Amino acid sequence: MLFTDLSVNYLNQKMNSSQSTINQVVNIKNLDHFFGEGKLKKQILFDINLTLNTGEVIILKGPSGSGKTTLLTLMGGLRSPQSGSLLVFGEELVGANKNQLVQIRRNIGYIFQDHNLLASLTARQNVQMSLELHHNIKTSEIEQRAIALLESVGLGEHINYHPQNLSGGQKQRVAIARALVSHPKMVLADEPTAALDSKSGRDVVELMQQLAREQGCTILIVTHDNRILDVADRIVELEDGKITLDREQPAIDN
Amino acid sequence: MKTPLSWLQLTHEKARLLIALAGIGFADMLMFLQLGFQAALFESSVTLHKAFEGDIFLMSPQSDYLGFTKQFSQRRLYESLAVEQVESVIPMYFNYGSWKNPVERSTRTIFTMGFNPDKNMLDLPGIEQNIDRLKLPDYVLFDELSRAEFGPIADLLQQNQTVKTEISSRKVTVGGLFSLGASFTADGNIITSDTNFLRLFPDRQPGLIDLGIIRLKPGTNLELALVNLNNKLPQDVEIFSKAEFIQEEIAYWQNATAIGFIFTLGTGIGFIVGTVIVYQILYTDVANHLAEYATLKAMGYQDRYFIALVFQEAVILAVLGFIPGYAIATGLYALAAGATALPLAMTMNRAATVLILTIIMCCVSGSIAVRKLSAADPADIF
Repeated sequence: MLFTDLSVNYLNQKMNSSQSTINQVVNIKNLDHFFGEGKLKKQILFDINLTLNTGEVIILKGPSGSGKTTLLTLMGGLRSPQSGSLLVFGEELVGANKNQLVQIRRNIGYIFQDHNLLASLTARQNVQMSLELHHNIKTSEIEQRAIALLESVGLGEHINYHPQNLSGGQKQRVAIARALVSHPKMVLADEPTAALDSKSGRDVVELMQQLAREQGCTILIVTHDNRILDVADRIVELEDGKITLDREQPAIDN
Repeated sequence: MKTPLSWLQLTHEKARLLIALAGIGFADMLMFLQLGFQAALFESSVTLHKAFEGDIFLMSPQSDYLGFTKQFSQRRLYESLAVEQVESVIPMYFNYGSWKNPVERSTRTIFTMGFNPDKNMLDLPGIEQNIDRLKLPDYVLFDELSRAEFGPIADLLQQNQTVKTEISSRKVTVGGLFSLGASFTADGNIITSDTNFLRLFPDRQPGLIDLGIIRLKPGTNLELALVNLNNKLPQDVEIFSKAEFIQEEIAYWQNATAIGFIFTLGTGIGFIVGTVIVYQILYTDVANHLAEYATLKAMGYQDRYFIALVFQEAVILAVLGFIPGYAIATGLYALAAGATALPLAMTMNRAATVLILTIIMCCVSGSIAVRKLSAADPADIF
């Protein structure tokens, strides 16, 4: 099973970059990242090399403090990378300005540990907020698409509910609808199942996987939850800021 | 249409919105009261000026306002008849008398005007019907809008009683009523004939008057008449057009007293109270929604969206808070007008002024509150 070790992955990457980069969503080379200044300066990520391909479901695991979330926020354009190279959708984020980062974010769907829905908006309005960023979509279409996606996550009956009247699993499903409604090229999810029981956690992840497959988008899930590892095409493990494992996983039909 | 997040966010927590609106309404009410009293002061001080049916007015240069006049010779007034545009003139006597409340027997200072009843130039309700009574000796007309402390004169007259009382220890009869209203100059007013006036105040010299009113021939040029009068009359009288006469009185209250300053200060305090209240509301609102804003920033919303959001909330609060402030102020005006006999009423002008002040107030608070927005960092929510 463990046929892909680090060096083989290295080789894969070299081959990929010498071919075309068209099916690469993220391409990271020699990425280091530091927190703090002066004497308190601490290195969080060490020489990260990672490629995410179109349509892949990747699980990023590792102990607390290993740098998973930092890596995620760097890929999502939420934090400015400092050195090395970080290409997202073919755009270099090292040295990019705020505006470029904002443009990158608009092509990414985010799913948070806590659903982070807007309390004053209904489920439908929360989903619409994501579409309203894209100025070329008509108002009537925005509403239709929001409702259609809420129906596909099984919340057709709850489109006008406020978050406080939804269960944890339902809220996370609204968050998934919000992340996917604008057809992002990539979805970044941080511990999406942490606040859910095992049944709804499982449902949520499978839903993500299914919708992503339909839309052909890449999903990166950061998780501790070993029960959901089987949904991934690839598992990447991070420890003390270094990638210690990057393993393809044979597809399992359940 | 975009989702109106500012509106939805404000209306989501009804209790907090109500408290916010109460606070803004209170600040608005304060501003309304201060501006209202200020306007009432100026308005009440010129109600009489406006009622004089004259075109040009003569006063001593040493007079400050109608309640404090220096006498000058009526010869100056008659000299003006030589100017060809002048049609007629009327001399006016003013003095404060001591009025005895006919029921409670207490005395109070009352503003007394004396002039020839045959040449009435006072356009006030009630004068036309009652002016002839002033030809009787020691008859006066009483201002029914005087403060209640002068006695229930109107009620007594309505019961067909003859009201007899004393002014400065001289017996007088109230021959009728007219309507003028209390002002900061006088709590109450009476009118009598020039002859009666000199009987009431024996120390006043006939021919030394407080105000001269000049009426011009119809269709004559006011500017030309003013120039001619200025050339004709010596420097010991001041010559005013009606507009100048009114403006002079308002300028007196604005500058020579602290009243204008006090009410402006009061309005300013209302403004500051409102600014602090709105700042508290907007700051708390931003602080409570930081995680949500960070989420929106992660999705690709830019800083300007949130700045616009805070200012939209500020304007919504301003407009919504203005409504109860306006309603309460209108009620308080009616209450205060009843209690003080001052011409206090809501005007469109003042409503617009306070609304604009409220919007400025909310935007000032908003511009301080937006600084909190920088705390919404999308990297922190993962």
